[in-house]
Amino acid sequence: MATPYIGASIKRKEDYRFLTGAGNYTDDVALPRQTHAHFVRSPHAHAKIKSIRKDKALKAPGVVAIFTGDDLAGAKVNGLPCGWLITDVNGQPMKEPPHPCLAQGKARYVGDHVAIVIAESYQQARDAAELVKVEYEELPAVVRAGDARKEGAPAVHDIAPDNTCYVWGLGDKAAVDKAFAGAAHVTTLEFLNNRLIPNAIEPRAANASYSRADDSYTLYVASQNPHVERLLMTAFVLGLPEHKVRVVAPDVGGGFGSKIYLYAEDVVCTWASKQINRPVKWTADRSESFVSDAHGRDHVTKAELALDREGRFLAMRVTTTANMGAYLSTFASCIPTILYATLLAGQYTTPVIYAEVTAVFTNTAPVDAYRGAGRPEATYVVERLVETAAREMKMSPAEIRRRNFIKTFPYQTPVALLYDTGNYEATLAEALRIADVAGFQGRKADAARRGKLRGLGYSCYIEACGIAPSNVAGALGARAGLFEAGEVRVHPTGKVTVFTGSHSHGQGHETTFGQVVADRLGIPMEDIEIVHGDTGKILFGMGTYGSRSIAVGGTAIVKAADKIVAKGKKIAAHLMEAAEADIEFKDGAFVVRGTDKKKAFAEVSLAAYVPHNYPLDKLEPGLNENAFYDPANFTFPAGSHICEIEVDPDTGTVSIVNFTAVDDFGKIINPMIVEGQVHGGLTQGIGQALTEGCHYDKESGQLVTGSYLDYCMPRADDVPAFKVGTKETPCTHNPLGVKGCGEAGAIGAPAAVMNALTDALGVRDIEMPATPQRIWRACQESKMKKAA
Amino acid sequence: MTVKVSLTVNGKPASAEIEERTLLVNFIRDTLRLTGTHVGCDTAQCGACTIHMNGRAVKSCNMLAMQAEGAELVTIEGIAKADGTLHPMQEAFRQHHGLQCGFCTPGMVMSAIDLVKNFPDPSEELIREQLDGNLCRCTGYHNIVKAIKAASQTMRS
Repeated sequence: MATPYIGASIKRKEDYRFLTGAGNYTDDVALPRQTHAHFVRSPHAHAKIKSIRKDKALKAPGVVAIFTGDDLAGAKVNGLPCGWLITDVNGQPMKEPPHPCLAQGKARYVGDHVAIVIAESYQQARDAAELVKVEYEELPAVVRAGDARKEGAPAVHDIAPDNTCYVWGLGDKAAVDKAFAGAAHVTTLEFLNNRLIPNAIEPRAANASYSRADDSYTLYVASQNPHVERLLMTAFVLGLPEHKVRVVAPDVGGGFGSKIYLYAEDVVCTWASKQINRPVKWTADRSESFVSDAHGRDHVTKAELALDREGRFLAMRVTTTANMGAYLSTFASCIPTILYATLLAGQYTTPVIYAEVTAVFTNTAPVDAYRGAGRPEATYVVERLVETAAREMKMSPAEIRRRNFIKTFPYQTPVALLYDTGNYEATLAEALRIADVAGFQGRKADAARRGKLRGLGYSCYIEACGIAPSNVAGALGARAGLFEAGEVRVHPTGKVTVFTGSHSHGQGHETTFGQVVADRLGIPMEDIEIVHGDTGKILFGMGTYGSRSIAVGGTAIVKAADKIVAKGKKIAAHLMEAAEADIEFKDGAFVVRGTDKKKAFAEVSLAAYVPHNYPLDKLEPGLNENAFYDPANFTFPAGSHICEIEVDPDTGTVSIVNFTAVDDFGKIINPMIVEGQVHGGLTQGIGQALTEGCHYDKESGQLVTGSYLDYCMPRADDVPAFKVGTKETPCTHNPLGVKGCGEAGAIGAPAAVMNALTDALGVRDIEMPATPQRIWRACQESKMKKAA
Repeated sequence: MTVKVSLTVNGKPASAEIEERTLLVNFIRDTLRLTGTHVGCDTAQCGACTIHMNGRAVKSCNMLAMQAEGAELVTIEGIAKADGTLHPMQEAFRQHHGLQCGFCTPGMVMSAIDLVKNFPDPSEELIREQLDGNLCRCTGYHNIVKAIKAASQTMRS
């Protein structure tokens, strides 16, 4: 092979357009006869809508149309579906209240959609929206997960009077209770996993148009999965023929989960475009993003770990209440269950585990997957417990982990997953080395001389990625398949266009997938174009989330490329008058084994399209192949993160002086891109631990953290330069040996930071986000304790 | 009420009749159709809309278009050479993987150029401090800092 593509840090193909302002994001799309939409949103967390008067607004300059929930109901537009059915501990289906695209009778959270105002300009739509008179009757609201099931809490939905969506369990409860009864030591922690707002820097946007000429729709939308968006919208909500709707997700400015879902705005703009027979464009301003994007996390948990005298884990028991918000977003129900409780074994041989999860409705924005989705919450439970247990039992945090690591694979956990491969000792050892843990005590003493508190914290996470085997997901309640599709189209000149159902919104698929195909077909990357994000071009796709793109989408492309090679061999055998079995494909050429006879890739491609000398009786002309790949198992990226922090006890400020992440992502295609994914994930994880927290006022249900002035996004000086390393144990069940890397940082980091912080402060727990105020208070409290 | 605004953008004169309340960023994006300048927030916090006005980095969402009357503006579309060769800062971002989704990138690059103009040999610490006005959700800033450091060297030489 002339150029080794796999494993090379090739500079990204997509960068030139982004660096020169030539990216094409949804809000950049301007269509002929464009109109602009603004949504009237509920200012109340919970209110009856007694009347909506739009007469004055309709007369405002530039207004084209105004629609409300009544209009949608009259047109038989359905509500938004939830894509995952959870069955509760009693075998009953979860409660699925209707999720109207525009409120019907009641608004259930601040920001709930009440009406759409469409005008010639955005400003006119916004002005007119202020003239829409909505008469509300305010109702009491409940916002916290822990309050939702309390006696007297207001019911968010009539069908769930106790606000319970489901109570779900996983594991052998009796065996767990028995193990706890006989344990030498039990570590118990109770904590919140703070609610977060994803905050992709590109706000959500949609631009929908309708053509009377052929009764078709085109929707440009900031989405991570345009085919899923189309499927849900056509089949479940609007009842449109799927083939008459084209969904394009052009350049998308970050997703982190928040752009997976089918949102009301997308549906309403699409529907309205036919009503007014003009394109309708909506772009969220940041304030709208804060109130209406699906949020993440928001768990209240009690977690217990039972150990024997030697620090071996005997059992784990976890009880979690998860906030769903006011409605079930597209994948909300599976996040605190299927993607959470199944990960509670972590990297350890804990023989029995029981988790019980109660999902509740509250008067807050819907909660769904946010980078990591369930797995950061699980890692937080496991790794905080393990580190706390080590402290209680006076063991080193590394030693207690080593003593409990899974060492033989495949390994069946007590919580449903079958880990195919891993080497947890190797990632930990490498992290210990890079972080110079051996020198920590010296650095701590030095910090103490300067009046500062140093702490060290570990987090050895695991995640289930490469989502997902469809049959397994289906048995667990998924209402969709989770395969991926790919197409390799070889042109007559041997140049190649690859179509993928994965979607890139920062991950660099145009580069990574190009490397994979270049490697597989032995042709230069410049000869390959990757196309994604358009249902009008791509056969099908399940999109990008759950660190699945390379493991599932990449494999689909590999399978299609392999079919190209297989057909190419047949053509080459004919051209060289050799037996097909004697043809091997090497370095981009078809070679008759043991001879110097060969045909270049482009020669075979040309023969396929100019089939003069071609086995037309046996073989179709052309060189174009599709593949659908459904993974045999999840992939299991894992790693060790070590955080070293320094606290100024006088101000409560924290400095992360060192953050080491050693990850095992299996085979790595582009190390530069993988490192970038890790850096970004770590920063979001550090954000969760130290700066970010979504806060609703307990009484009014108002979102207090509704702008960048109130919601503290990590900035450049909040995070350190990261030290990252990798260990490779290739995935055993996909041809590339890849596992996925997108979420690891956000999964591992919070526990590492909080373990370091509690170590520095000498406290058992401190609430996330550990702001300077909270840390300062903790310092004062421990000072007072010492004095007393 | 409308007002006529005339200014220079990327070396070319531009003029339009606009509503008085039009923000500079909307004038750039919607009137001039230079969509490389982005809007990521409504509180002048994220910096995605950063451009150069009379040689200084400004957040174009935070001023009215008519405040830029007569000004010389440079947007992300105006910093590469006419033949398409990238500015050293753009090139450094590419070399060091200082961008992922690309949405904050134009503002980041415009801020970074101004940063290096003001601090020709910035330390890592200073770069992090000076990037306070720009949010990136993808990169964790690690490679952005590396890119700016590297660009400061090429821009000096």
